Amino acid sequence: MSEITAEQVAHLAYLARIDLSPLEITNLTHDLGQIVDSIAKVSEVATADTPATSHPMPLTNVYRDDVVVPSLTVEQALSGAPDRAGDKFRVPAILDEE
Amino acid sequence: MTYLTKLSAAALSELLISREVSAVEATRAHLDHITAVDTDLHAFLHVAGDAALATAAQIDARRAAGDALNPLAGVPIAIKDVLATQDMPTTAGSKILEGWVPPYDATVVARLRAAGLVPLGKTNMDEFAMGSSTEHSAYGITRNPWDRDRIPGGSGGGSAAAVASFQAPLALGSDTGGSIRQPAAVTGSVGVKPTYGGVSRYGAIALASSLDQVGPVSRTVYDAALLHDVIGGHDPLDSTSLTDGWPSMAAAARDGLKDGALRGVRIGVIKELSGDGFQAGVTQRFNETLALLVSAGAEITEVSAPNFEYAVAAYYLILPAEASSNLARFDSVRFGIRVNPESGSLTSEHVMSATREAGFGPEVKRRIILGTYALSAGYYDAYYGSAQKVRTLIQRDFAAAFSQVDVLMSPSAPTTAFKFGEKLADPMAMYINDVTTIPANLAGVPGMSIPIGLAPEDGLPVGLQIMAPAKADARLYTVGAAIEQLLESSWGHTMLSQAPALTPTEMFASEEGAV
Repeated sequence: MSEITAEQVAHLAYLARIDLSPLEITNLTHDLGQIVDSIAKVSEVATADTPATSHPMPLTNVYRDDVVVPSLTVEQALSGAPDRAGDKFRVPAILDEE
Repeated sequence: MTYLTKLSAAALSELLISREVSAVEATRAHLDHITAVDTDLHAFLHVAGDAALATAAQIDARRAAGDALNPLAGVPIAIKDVLATQDMPTTAGSKILEGWVPPYDATVVARLRAAGLVPLGKTNMDEFAMGSSTEHSAYGITRNPWDRDRIPGGSGGGSAAAVASFQAPLALGSDTGGSIRQPAAVTGSVGVKPTYGGVSRYGAIALASSLDQVGPVSRTVYDAALLHDVIGGHDPLDSTSLTDGWPSMAAAARDGLKDGALRGVRIGVIKELSGDGFQAGVTQRFNETLALLVSAGAEITEVSAPNFEYAVAAYYLILPAEASSNLARFDSVRFGIRVNPESGSLTSEHVMSATREAGFGPEVKRRIILGTYALSAGYYDAYYGSAQKVRTLIQRDFAAAFSQVDVLMSPSAPTTAFKFGEKLADPMAMYINDVTTIPANLAGVPGMSIPIGLAPEDGLPVGLQIMAPAKADARLYTVGAAIEQLLESSWGHTMLSQAPALTPTEMFASEEGAV
């Protein structure tokens, strides 16, 4: 069922925003091929008339009262940031110059 | 004062309440023992000795003033590093969160602080709880106290090793596919995965949100129950938290110690979780325990759960899919490290990709890529969609089984503790190891692991898994406490009293700060 290629792994890594070295791509291509072969067996029993379960204990409409409660201060919220500018998170450029 | 570390939390609590022992003395005894043995075992990533002693002193002062305190007030506890603690680093075993100190406490941590327990530090784990051996921690392995060349289980190997080596009587764990129960099994300790939603996950760094559950780690069933009572119950900060009222788990455990507690209890043995792939000594101890239960008046029936065969496959689609989404939050902006790429422009996208390359270990990358694949257009129905259907089938298997029996049993793990490196090169071999524990997470039902003896071939601990219907956690404590008492009276000792003595090291051990 699975024919995982190195190109596919490189594309998935791009989608997941993880740079991978060529060696990592080679290893992951091998691992993923094996894993996907093993887990593809789910389709053997998943018939069209079986409903899907996304959550073990179905809960719907979980609301809380619409009241203001104490939340993190700006200092607390920024305390773990790798970079900041005043009271804001500083991020690298969003757009590439090219 | 080393005897203080050998006591159960309940026994220590009695000495604290009668003021024969102070919380400072109890805390110091555990910190001294950590210093003596943890350089070698490495159960802790961080030990907060000064803070623990200060907390203990406050408890002593309150007790002297006659304040009404929780029975566990003054009892030390270790906390798995997946749980946010506002006074200790919280890394989830990952480089990407190195040094991060959260601005808030997880609800379970806030509850144990409110009850007066004394946090000793944070315990080692597989990175983001991905693993069954704690070999995937970015901060090094944790050794099994029974055999230092073997794994302590995972992902919560640090919490299990900490209680099994008497560095703490209690610990918190988290269980997504067995990360509390399997480490308990291979270290001869007790671990409980509560009903999904029974314990708050607010402040637990998410792995797979439809599977994760926080729970107690201890050396006795009663201690786990006492801790469960502290951390359990509805939390409005967790929208998956159940609003049900819960009975006292401690009272349920005490019920199990009464005469005849097992008489007439209907026990189902899951046919599919036996036979091939199960180590001979594991099967032997499991069968001996069943025989003991029959002699105590329990009724044993074999039940079939035909779809359990597909549980591991479904789990390794659902978990990576949810993890790939949850771990998208590590974007090098709000928390954690930031790493610039060696070449190319410094855009947010490139910096994020370089940060995740440097900050995530191989197993985390493997599962994120796998999850991204399973959720891709064109594959979604065949993989993720099918896995969710398998989940329905597994829930039906549980429902059918629980229509015939009160509790289900299986070995907690197919083998005893394996050696370091044994399964590291073969991800599927590591994944299959979770075959016994995964079904409970997929269905949301509670499960417990208790020690039932040593495998004759290797002298290592074997665990019994007990599962109950959703929300019937109390039943686990009654049955678990009864079996524990039955086994200990047949052995004439506790399981962990048989663990080899640990040699104190002369080296400088964990002081305040990361180790």
